[in-house]
Amino acid sequence: MTLSPAEWEAIRLSLLIGLAAVAWILPPGIAVAWWLARHHFRGKALVNGLIHLPLVLPPVVVGYLLLISLGRQGVFGQWLYSNLGVSLPFTWQGAAVASGVMAFPLLVRALRLSLEAVDPKLEAAASTLGASRWRVFTTITLPLAIPGLLTGTVLAFARALSEFGATITFASNIPGETRTLPLALYTLIQTPGQEAAAARLCFLAIIIALLSLIASEWLARRTQQRLQERDAY
Amino acid sequence: MPTNPTSPDASAHSSLSLSVEQRLGNFQLQASLTLPASGVTGIFGISGSGKTSLLRIIAGLDTPDVGKLQLGDQVLLDTQQRQNVPAHQRRIGVVFQEARLFPHYRVRGNLTYGMPKRATHRFDEIIELLGIGHLLERIPGTLSGGEARRVAIGRALLSDPQLLLMDEPLSGLDGPRKQELLRFIARLTRQVQIPVIYVSHDPEEISAIADHLVLMKEGRVIASDPLHDLLQRFDLTEELGGFDAASIIEGRVVEHDDVYQLTHLALNKCHQLIIPGISAPVGSRLRVRIFARDIALALSPTKDTSYRNQLAATIKKMETLPTSPHSVELLLSLGSIHFRSRLTRKSSDEMKLAVGKQVTALVRSVSILHY
Repeated sequence: MTLSPAEWEAIRLSLLIGLAAVAWILPPGIAVAWWLARHHFRGKALVNGLIHLPLVLPPVVVGYLLLISLGRQGVFGQWLYSNLGVSLPFTWQGAAVASGVMAFPLLVRALRLSLEAVDPKLEAAASTLGASRWRVFTTITLPLAIPGLLTGTVLAFARALSEFGATITFASNIPGETRTLPLALYTLIQTPGQEAAAARLCFLAIIIALLSLIASEWLARRTQQRLQERDAY
Repeated sequence: MPTNPTSPDASAHSSLSLSVEQRLGNFQLQASLTLPASGVTGIFGISGSGKTSLLRIIAGLDTPDVGKLQLGDQVLLDTQQRQNVPAHQRRIGVVFQEARLFPHYRVRGNLTYGMPKRATHRFDEIIELLGIGHLLERIPGTLSGGEARRVAIGRALLSDPQLLLMDEPLSGLDGPRKQELLRFIARLTRQVQIPVIYVSHDPEEISAIADHLVLMKEGRVIASDPLHDLLQRFDLTEELGGFDAASIIEGRVVEHDDVYQLTHLALNKCHQLIIPGISAPVGSRLRVRIFARDIALALSPTKDTSYRNQLAATIKKMETLPTSPHSVELLLSLGSIHFRSRLTRKSSDEMKLAVGKQVTALVRSVSILHY
């Protein structure tokens, strides 16, 4: 089966946007998951709810909210455009922002569970051995939460790959810019006589999803081994 | 590693003084203490007396509501001045109740985790001392309880602390392992030049290891004195184990009797104890514990009993405690050595015992704490 240039384009964009989405949500995702796992504060339930909103809101609503906040006329969008010359709507970067927002709760959820399972007694022991909070986090807490980090990253990547509603609302369906695999599939379904091409893309989507699952499984096992073989310094 | 203003040599001779108050639910910790700059300080009390809370404050893992903590001339905590050196900058090593080894590092990685450059030359010496050289490449999950504790002790020592805290490091170990490790810790604390604070609820552990004893009860310090002095206080009998009140005596091995498998232990120039044979070489120092209830008295030396340990002693002090009106607590002296005895009030009266009277102490049994 050879792929048409349009199909290649859709796959390339999907992977690019998926990776970019995961890349930008990882640092804040880790910070937020750690914060939720290790701190108790007033209004924690509310913060938690806000973070999980994209999971339960219709994706179109998220896309719309992004448009009115990050669009050229939006509160932050205006600032971004006039200060940095950055305009997110209708660009692949915008699509990465939209799918990242949609994937964020999945990352935080998985990672937070894993971080909560890390015994704080080990962290206390590390601090009595002279490790700063940062060193404790990078050498004890995060490594012990690697399984959750991997699960969360894969889930988030899969979610970003398959993101449709928020992306089409915020970044539109532009061939070669924001037309990812799901958007291309949608376009084909809307076009009479493209059933075979649609089926091909559908098949491709399944292959990519399966491959990423297998890859994550392999990665998880490898890190587990590496983790146990590692020495300090 | 943060740089520390005091050099290790200077801080090795600095005493710890603290005065803290902390409320935890219904529990109130209120302690003021000055601890010696060297040797082992035991903190003893039943569970819930505040020992571990105090230890956590010293380590910097908890902050008291009000308090001051000073190690030598270094102020570690002063709530009034809003000063609080974080745990990782205090250079106070902790051996926790559970070993708390990092499961994702090998034993070697655990040992070197907190090791600053200046301590690398001690690595070989310490693993040799702990007998853990063969465990270096193992994963903590595969270690036995005793092995894991030893690694935890090594890890704390290699972080080059100026003070070492041990929180019930033997809890959860079975009899023989516990004895082995206890003996080991006792030897270790004499070899490393770091002051140690050792928390336990077990009188045997404490008396084997401590030079100085702090007695805690319901969140308060009720006594803090050299071990020997404190063990002789009748008013603390209940806190020191009641029925199990005992004396600690140090002696020197002078002779081994190979025929009967016995060891002769000199307490001073003219007094000896004969104890079951041990392998310690002649000349080595030994610490033994004798329960007050295991010392009977006779008015003169006698060959008519099976007691072979008969010591000529003088009664220094006698008292009947309100908690056990049927018995008399006695403090006996062999020159500079003192130990306790407990008799029924009836036999004491019939023997007309009184302070200053010469008696013969019949020692029924002696337990060897360490050598």
